[in-house]
Amino acid sequence: MEIPRHWRLKKQRYALVGEVCPHCEAKIFPPRDVCPECSREAKTEFQFSGRGEVYSYTTVYDPPAGYEEQAPYTVALVKLEEGPVITAQLTDLDGQPVQIGMPVEMVTRKLRNDGDERGLIVYGYKFRPRLERQVAN
Amino acid sequence: MDQQPLPQHPQHLLLKPAQAVGIIGYGAYVPRYRLPASEVARIWTGGEGGTPIKEKSVPGVDEDVITMSIEASRNALKRAGIPAAALRAVWVGSESHPYAVKPTSTIVAEAIGVSPNTQAADWEFACKAGTEAVVAAMGLVGSKMAEYALAIGMDTAQGRPGDALEYTAGAGGAAFVIGPAEQSLAIIQAAYSYVTDTPDFWRRAYQKYPEHGQRFTGEPAYFEHITQSARTLMEANGTTPADYKYAVFHQPNTKFPQRVAGMLGFTKEQIAPGLLVPVIGNTYAGAALIGLTAILDIAEPGDRLLVSSFGSGAGSDTFDLLVTEAILERRDRATKTQEYITRRTVIDYATYARMRGKLVMK
Repeated sequence: MEIPRHWRLKKQRYALVGEVCPHCEAKIFPPRDVCPECSREAKTEFQFSGRGEVYSYTTVYDPPAGYEEQAPYTVALVKLEEGPVITAQLTDLDGQPVQIGMPVEMVTRKLRNDGDERGLIVYGYKFRPRLERQVAN
Repeated sequence: MDQQPLPQHPQHLLLKPAQAVGIIGYGAYVPRYRLPASEVARIWTGGEGGTPIKEKSVPGVDEDVITMSIEASRNALKRAGIPAAALRAVWVGSESHPYAVKPTSTIVAEAIGVSPNTQAADWEFACKAGTEAVVAAMGLVGSKMAEYALAIGMDTAQGRPGDALEYTAGAGGAAFVIGPAEQSLAIIQAAYSYVTDTPDFWRRAYQKYPEHGQRFTGEPAYFEHITQSARTLMEANGTTPADYKYAVFHQPNTKFPQRVAGMLGFTKEQIAPGLLVPVIGNTYAGAALIGLTAILDIAEPGDRLLVSSFGSGAGSDTFDLLVTEAILERRDRATKTQEYITRRTVIDYATYARMRGKLVMK
């Protein structure tokens, strides 16, 4: 059980809330309070758009404990529109081939149960192929 | 059952807040997977007999009422154009809350950025929990205790393998930002609720699947409550079915809403845009509300709408809405209901059994 950790990370996991550096404007994810670009203090919250593209990916057939019911699944490095590259599971792929550069958008989904079905349900960001819209966002 | 006699002034029965309220933003969600009813028939009846719908929506392995409510709420907020922190209530109506004890609503509120200055609670009234949340939101906003409130109806419905409900028990729903009428894309002109103790459908604690009273779910339950609630609202309002451009009724299967519309005097054309059950199934607490979102996606300013939910146990909420000019600019801000329905992947019964946790793993 890792309740304090899940609780501490909820904002970034549920909604991609990171930070922006007040000195050099760099967008930071995950939030770390020190800008990785200019090494100065950066504590200002920043809401990422959730849009990005696949930078690289792999498919997991032999999952770690807790992820068995989702296997096989694809994990990607996603380059966010605002700059940072993050690791996340892709979802709603439905057998369609993943391509580097594929546009994706963030959704909040179930990541796993913490322990068995009696434990906490852990929610967080995943990415899916960007929905086709009749009208652009 | 005969129509109950109304009090002398039926307009006193209408729920009308002191300050007029309406829908500021709305958002739908339907998962992408579809199980054809013919697949259920193939497994359990050898493919014999008719099916009550064409196909139903099925949530992915990483989806539940919480994740689906989050997406619908984000769509509603995009259309409302207000900051999430301006919401003073997040109320989720469902009969598939992921936890027995721990609110769905606190997780939704946190994920969409409403926390911490808010009310949050989960509502339960079978299939009308979502519209009950809308009535409560009308009260909160209409009394000026809050400027905006979020009401959600969302379900990942349960059906026992082989039961009649397995054909139709779908997944989906909708979220509504309720606020002052002058900011609304649809003004809620009045509501009325009709509730009795009628045991047509229930699920006891710790049970995975619901029980139902077979044909008892029809006449004394669905038809009685919807006709009473819709007729009372129209009588008190001085309206007739001809005054409404569109109507949507709770839709557990294709036949029931068509029949109740006919009983009340509504035409097929009036209910067509909101009749989604043939292609997504019965979304329980989300069913009437997601039908309303499909109507709002195509409605024009000045259109008058009637919405009647039904919840087993039993009760029906009916709303009278008037669409405003704001609909034209706001509806394109988020994914439309038909876009979610068009996004579909057909699955077979084995995949469905895996996705819905029907395989015993240990």
